[in-house]
Amino acid sequence: MEKDKGIANKMMLTGNYAAAYGAKLARVDTIPVYPITPQTSVLEKIIALIRQGELDAEYIPMESEHSVMAAAVGAEATGVRVFTSSTSQGLAYMHENLYVASGLRLPIVMAVPNRPIGPPVQLLADHSDSLDQRDTGWIQYYVEDAQEVMDTVVQAFKVAEHKDVLLPAMVCYEGFIISHFLEPVEIPDQQLVDEFLPTYSPDHVVLDPDNPMRIQVLTTDLYFMEYKYQLQEAMDNAKIMIKTVDAEFGERFGRSYGGLVQPYRMDDAEIAVLSMGSIAGLSRNAVDSMRSEGLSVGSLKVRVFRPFPAEDLLEQLKSVKIIVVFDRDASIGMGGILYSETAGVIFNLPTSPTMTNYIIGLGGREVNSNDIKSLVKEAIRKPKRGSVERPIRWVGVRGLSE
Amino acid sequence: MTKAEGRMAGRGRDLFEGRGDSVMNRREAISHLAKEDFFKGGHPLCPGCTGGTFWRLIAKVMGKDSIACVGSTCVSLPIGLQPSAFCLPSISVAMATPGPLLSGVSAGIRALKRKGRIPRERQITIFSVAGDGGTADIGMAGISGAAERNDDGIYFCFDNEAYMNTGIQRSSQTPAWGWTTTTLDGKPQAKKDMPRIMAAHGIPYVATACISFPEDLISKSLRAKEMMGGFRYIHTLGPCPTGWRFPEKDAIKVGRLAVDCGIWLLYEVVNGEFRITYKPRKRKPVREYFAAQGRFSHLTEEVIKRIQTEVDQKCSKYDF
Repeated sequence: MEKDKGIANKMMLTGNYAAAYGAKLARVDTIPVYPITPQTSVLEKIIALIRQGELDAEYIPMESEHSVMAAAVGAEATGVRVFTSSTSQGLAYMHENLYVASGLRLPIVMAVPNRPIGPPVQLLADHSDSLDQRDTGWIQYYVEDAQEVMDTVVQAFKVAEHKDVLLPAMVCYEGFIISHFLEPVEIPDQQLVDEFLPTYSPDHVVLDPDNPMRIQVLTTDLYFMEYKYQLQEAMDNAKIMIKTVDAEFGERFGRSYGGLVQPYRMDDAEIAVLSMGSIAGLSRNAVDSMRSEGLSVGSLKVRVFRPFPAEDLLEQLKSVKIIVVFDRDASIGMGGILYSETAGVIFNLPTSPTMTNYIIGLGGREVNSNDIKSLVKEAIRKPKRGSVERPIRWVGVRGLSE
Repeated sequence: MTKAEGRMAGRGRDLFEGRGDSVMNRREAISHLAKEDFFKGGHPLCPGCTGGTFWRLIAKVMGKDSIACVGSTCVSLPIGLQPSAFCLPSISVAMATPGPLLSGVSAGIRALKRKGRIPRERQITIFSVAGDGGTADIGMAGISGAAERNDDGIYFCFDNEAYMNTGIQRSSQTPAWGWTTTTLDGKPQAKKDMPRIMAAHGIPYVATACISFPEDLISKSLRAKEMMGGFRYIHTLGPCPTGWRFPEKDAIKVGRLAVDCGIWLLYEVVNGEFRITYKPRKRKPVREYFAAQGRFSHLTEEVIKRIQTEVDQKCSKYDF
């Protein structure tokens, strides 16, 4: 059967282990890492794989996340493939160096098991930490299970290293819910992955004594906007490459994820439920249940947040009447980040759909598909155009009167 | 042979075998420099800046087969500005990162060699250059991490004793009593002893140098390069006419006074073994060093006497 193509074996893996196996399949060369909950088992699996001789890579035990990203930039600039992983406070600590990785056009790939940034200190799932890095010029995938984590790490290298892209990429998945949950994962044959993802051999940025190059410059207003615009162009190109690579991955390995946006029962939907990560799976369940009750509803998983899939969302949302956005994140002072960005994209739609935003499950608070269902039903009650009362709603906050 | 000595491979053992210390005479030191200049003129450093001299010398020692990891410092301006005055491959990340950047570059080169993508026998020297603040303040965790891992590379701290890029603000390397725009009555704290902190990491090579003693700086850089492997640290004092308040023509003279007055000691720690590499024939009074610079003009006789006593005690340990 077509679906069985290229499968070497099936293993029970957590999301974190799947990320490490993704790095192994990508034959990464250098891995600077610093431990942080809930990422540590990525690091432990990497070390185990190196020790077992399954992964031939230079592991550097760094002294901080800030240093991790500096070392990642340095290593990648020698022309090798670099993988790392971090989350939460660690991402915040390396923040300035994230700009360097993208600004120098170095296609590093980082696995991010999402956890909020404190205080209060919290270790469970929350997309706020990597969304906080959305302006750093990194491609950001938001995936929903261990298999997608592994497949996306491999895909991310191929997209990031494409000569029309050359941007670093994060593969984000909720801490514990995905990072620590054991699931059956199909591991493709290494040889097939090698054909899909050849050795990284850059010529745009390389520290080579035979071809001396200055990497990172001080510039003026004469060139600054051009540098930034080139990043924007690379992101635009990434939209195409993410879809192309996902489709090619599907052909070779029998699994693909819709590229930028994964629609579910959207064909005739009047109501669209938008979400990222594991909430997308719950939304699909809720959609099935509501469809059986006769509601015209579909689900959209926003799989890639950067580049933001404006065109794909417009295509999917052009005839819906109501959009309900679930955010496992919050930009304090505004609302859900997926909501805000989607609103920016659909504003000019002639159909003017209404939008409601639910901020839900922050810090790993439990969310189930019944929650999604009842909230969608709440949102579609008496939807008058342009008159959604309290469009941004925090779900289940104790002491908050309804 | 100890494990540390074992790290010293190849020419290095020959070049420095049997010497009391690493320092060559000027003629011999210069004979080991590359003929080619990797640091060109026409750069934007201040008139009289010793940073340009420093870059030119160490680039000639590091040579063509080297990669520079550059910190954010005023002396990196000629490297980062376009067109660059620097002709070796180089990279910068952020203020705090010259240590970990070196770790990453050396790991990348190691991976390339192990996987046969560049020849295994190819010698590539990886070195970092950073200022005193970038090294001893904001970059402290990074350099300490790289040293603790004994990552392969030479770290040069160019110490002009304040944040000169932003315009003369105090750093942990500003000496006690030194004026800066943030220590208007003189710095109340002592200078953090960075080379000793680095030596405490147990790395194969630590040295101090001063731009006014080029044969000493060249020899030590050469020694560090020839050791090939492990983390090596060279801390160079570079007088700054702009920040220290003295005429541009006096930069080398002020550096000589720092050493001849016993304020700045020239030494090296080779695989844990400490030795002074220069003793002035007759130590000069510290007053001469202070009088040569505007940043100490507020010092009273009493303070100068106290400092003289401290310097006397320090130097007597090394018999000069």
